[in-house]
Amino acid sequence: MEYSPPPFFKRGPAPLTRLFLCFVLSVALLISDARYKYLDGIRQVVAVVLYPFERLATAPRALLGRIGEFFVTQSALQTENTRLAEQNLQNAATLQKYRALAGENQHLRELLAARERFPDSTLFAEVLYTGRDPFTRRIVVDKGSQAGVRAGQPVIDDAGVIGQVTRVYPWLAEITLITDKEHAVPVQNLRNGLRAVLGGTGSDGRLELKFIPLNADFQNGDRLVTSGIDGVYPPGLPVAEVSNVERNAAFLFARIVCRPLAGVASYGQVLIVNWENKAPQPPAEEATPARGKKPRRGG
Amino acid sequence: MQARDVAAQEILLPVKPAFIAFTLIAAFIVNLLPWSGALLAIKPDFVALVVLYWCIQQPRKVGFAAAWGFGLLMDVADGSLFGQHALAYSVLAFAGIVLHRRVLMFTMRDQILHVIPLLLANDLIVLAIRRIAGAEFPGYAYFIGSVVAGALWPVLCALLKLPQIPKPDPDHV
Repeated sequence: MEYSPPPFFKRGPAPLTRLFLCFVLSVALLISDARYKYLDGIRQVVAVVLYPFERLATAPRALLGRIGEFFVTQSALQTENTRLAEQNLQNAATLQKYRALAGENQHLRELLAARERFPDSTLFAEVLYTGRDPFTRRIVVDKGSQAGVRAGQPVIDDAGVIGQVTRVYPWLAEITLITDKEHAVPVQNLRNGLRAVLGGTGSDGRLELKFIPLNADFQNGDRLVTSGIDGVYPPGLPVAEVSNVERNAAFLFARIVCRPLAGVASYGQVLIVNWENKAPQPPAEEATPARGKKPRRGG
Repeated sequence: MQARDVAAQEILLPVKPAFIAFTLIAAFIVNLLPWSGALLAIKPDFVALVVLYWCIQQPRKVGFAAAWGFGLLMDVADGSLFGQHALAYSVLAFAGIVLHRRVLMFTMRDQILHVIPLLLANDLIVLAIRRIAGAEFPGYAYFIGSVVAGALWPVLCALLKLPQIPKPDPDHV
């Protein structure tokens, strides 16, 4: 080929050709990830490679926090100490009552041969960062499959439910918050036992009860706890408080806005609950033709 | 007009590939910083900004491979759909490479007016992909980051050009 141009004019394919190649590759990846979930293995590998970078990026904040702790004033410490002592006393009283009740309860349950309902053990994890994807509500914590975290485990803090583990890497885990648009928690009204589904809205600090008839008895200040019928969340964990009830006869359902009880949007520590659903599985599809609603995602 | 032409034609040292790689990785780590709250809302996508800068300044050295690869890394780091950033950055790299002669002709202010629409287009591609995949529109605040990135463009240009400015020779009279 003596007519080919000298090598210093060779520039490879035209930009448009390259763009087309990238476009096809990206779309193939998008479809195989969104539709078929083929790429979780690759994601795991790349995530392991990225782990040092993520730790490096989160190091400055941890360092700042430690420097801040160093400069705490004595009066602040004293105030906190007094407050904690008071709280400890109150807790001790509650705890004694609780111990007695738990003993009695266990005895009764043994008598009834009922299964244990409450979570056995929890795993302490620290929030590394909030998810950067603006389309979802997620946080990333510093415990992963190496620490025994599994996808689907519920996550709580000292005040209530935060969300559930949705993606596990070797040293990190991604938690979808209850405020995520696609997340739903089956709940029960503590005041009257009404069951409902609590869905996220995609904005922090705002949840909505879904498909509640206009005449259902929900009032401002009602506490909602998990009902446990989904098999993901153990029953009885506090989730949210009703903050606004709007009944408009023009709509089919009442619009009930709730406020999460847990610090969903705050940094800090969380507990990953090690809970296995010991409830009997529902009968197989063949036995009972599915007539109800399609199963909800994430709930 | 005259003064600007002279300034635009100052002779710079050739850029080192290691420096390009360093800036891209640094931008990636800045993206990974634990942003939260209001800062997260106005956070520009630094990787997109740096990729665009190098595609405009050095289209022979930085192109689709870097843009696509860093896009994939961003996808894994964000836990978003595999390929959404890769696609958006590829389009950004294409725009940078096609427009690089044109953009460099303009003053800094007019360059910003080129950069902001390109970054907004980058956001729109990601938004379109997520809408197709079933997500909700997250509100117009989603686009603030790109405008902030446009405002950072002159700073970025000044910073990334530093290693290329020749040192004055003290022996030269």
